[in-house]
Amino acid sequence: MRDVAVIGVGMTKWGELWEKSLRTIFVETALLAVEDAGIDKIDSMYVGCMSSGLFAGQEHIGSLFADYLGRKPVPATRVESACCSGGLALRQGFIEVASGMSDVVLVGGIEKMTDVGGNEATYALGTAADQEYEGFHGLTFPALYAMMAVDHMHRHGTTREQLAMVAVKNHENGSRNPLAQFPFKVTVDMVLKSVLVADPLRILDCSPITDGAAAVILCPADMARKLKKPVVRIAGSGQATDTIALSSRKDLSWMESTHLAAKAALAQAKRKIGDMDLFEVHDCFTIAEIMIIEALGLVKKGQGGKAVEDGLTAAGGKFPVNASGGLKAKGHPVGATGVAQAVEVVEQLRGHAGERQVKGAKRGLTQNMGGTGGSAVVHVFEAE
Amino acid sequence: MAGIIGYGAYIPRNRIKVEEIAKVWGADAPSYKKGLMLEEKAVPSPDQDTITMSVESARNALKRAGIDPREIGAVYVGSESHPYAVKPSGATLAEAINAVPAVHTADLEFACKAGSEGMFIALSLVQAGAVKYALAVGADTSQGAPGDALEYSAAAGAAAFLFGKEKPIAEALETFSFTTDTPDFWRREYMHYPQHGGRFTGDPAYFKHITGSAEGIMKKSGLKPADFAYVIFHQPNGKFPFRVGEMLGFEKKQIEPGWLVNKLGNTYSGSSPLGLTATLDIAAPGDLVLMVSYGSGAGSDSFVFRVTERIEEVRDRAPRTRAQLDGNKNYIEYGVYAKYRRKIRKAE
Repeated sequence: MRDVAVIGVGMTKWGELWEKSLRTIFVETALLAVEDAGIDKIDSMYVGCMSSGLFAGQEHIGSLFADYLGRKPVPATRVESACCSGGLALRQGFIEVASGMSDVVLVGGIEKMTDVGGNEATYALGTAADQEYEGFHGLTFPALYAMMAVDHMHRHGTTREQLAMVAVKNHENGSRNPLAQFPFKVTVDMVLKSVLVADPLRILDCSPITDGAAAVILCPADMARKLKKPVVRIAGSGQATDTIALSSRKDLSWMESTHLAAKAALAQAKRKIGDMDLFEVHDCFTIAEIMIIEALGLVKKGQGGKAVEDGLTAAGGKFPVNASGGLKAKGHPVGATGVAQAVEVVEQLRGHAGERQVKGAKRGLTQNMGGTGGSAVVHVFEAE
Repeated sequence: MAGIIGYGAYIPRNRIKVEEIAKVWGADAPSYKKGLMLEEKAVPSPDQDTITMSVESARNALKRAGIDPREIGAVYVGSESHPYAVKPSGATLAEAINAVPAVHTADLEFACKAGSEGMFIALSLVQAGAVKYALAVGADTSQGAPGDALEYSAAAGAAAFLFGKEKPIAEALETFSFTTDTPDFWRREYMHYPQHGGRFTGDPAYFKHITGSAEGIMKKSGLKPADFAYVIFHQPNGKFPFRVGEMLGFEKKQIEPGWLVNKLGNTYSGSSPLGLTATLDIAAPGDLVLMVSYGSGAGSDSFVFRVTERIEEVRDRAPRTRAQLDGNKNYIEYGVYAKYRRKIRKAE
């Protein structure tokens, strides 16, 4: 296997992008990555997208985007694994470059979610759950994560305030991210008084509905060095699956797929979790971030809530989690999220993250997952 | 100079509170009250509709104008709740106020700006000299689907304006219209309730068109926000008028006198016109008044009026708007509301 580097990243402002079409958002973002990489060819491309069909009435987007990017006839493949689609697209690109099959691969992630109303969006997202065993019985994602939160609170004593602190921390970080959908701060009190969605989760516990895209350019590390680019290697990639139905899990408070994906990625990188300087994780709901930092091994099982309260995961803490603002403040265009996490970590490892720069960051980890953790992918990045 | 020679408001007596609606749907009343700045809304009685309310408001306008209704050459009713799909509201109104038969009438529809559309046309006909007097009414018994966010605001009311060249109480100095094809809110034929694009009804719809219209008329007239004593914006909820006012550089005190929505609800075609009647009730001679309507689909009509001395003479010839809003209220429960609004299916 060849070493793989990220030589270009691109991200545009996220939010309700009603003035832009699906393809426009993708092309604008991909061109930023191409420009950043300073390359003039792409051998192949991957697009992470959960449901352009339900959200925008458009499938077949690999070819559509290759065409509108002016790169027809390069191979273009769409990758789908619910909210984990972006992270898996990155993994496919990584495998293709590492294998020697292609040299320069563009990996994009996209979702345009606000062209439909709230009910349609909730339905589209709900297809990431087990339709026969969950969806048809009326369960939605806020409801599923609410059950996970109740279980975590019951077993481990996690408090309602600790959940709120995740949102407060991520909005604090997001207030320093000009591309974030909601770049403003919130308080614990605001979270606790926000509209109830699914008890105990309130609206400020939930990541938003977002239009947006992110893109990276991958190539062999040797080639990156010759191009005299700042080299950020993908040192490890891990992926795992779990039951997509929550009811089939032994433990509602444990993210097994994230745990296994992280183990695999760290083993490949020959690193330990404590070697990482920053983490971009999938905080689709506040409870998710608490469970993820446990599954990654940043804290012991059940200690996630306390860790947030103690500031362990704050921007200046021992393990900075979601310096970008996370899904909560940056936004969550589902297919784009996994790629955007890579964009953030690369910017951080290059030292280009501006006001939210984690000082001296050399290694970073991204964790992206689908549904309630039915799929998970973890990547380890290292600056040279 | 052509302008408003008489104005009249009509607001039904019945009110339902936000809490009463929220209670039925298990919704969070405080978030509607705080988020949308709504407290209660006006509800029509079972025997009231757009036509009856148009007649009431037009009669009040006639009392103030003191003219012979047979000299009215045009009658326009703007509404999205005309009682008939085919059969003109305008003809019934014209007959009821004795403006028939030498009169041109039309029913207008442009979501919440149908009322101001009528005002635009009526004023233009008077300015052109085609008719001596013209009447324009904005009236609605607004529809909002049960349980939808719109149910908290969709209200009933009407405002009428008589335009003429003699003895205006408010001279029309300028008009401006701003329209684009923006599908933020719609109702197809045979649908009982409108559908809306959620948050899409905000920035690209309400805010874009109102700011476009207000900036357009200020540029055309050479006026700036500080020149106006009062400004009235369309009021789909309590928050939007203040936010758009701030965007344009108006102060709260210029907006407040015509801001009725917290107690009235959104009377759709009657919304900004009723804001204007409430403002004329208290305006002083010489005051400049800016009215900016908004209709989904989408467009905005703007008017600059200058109030004359005549206002003092006529304003108390008919009930004031706030007197109707604040007095003689009859609070109803959701069950009665459901009956009045024909939401209960009875045996055939």
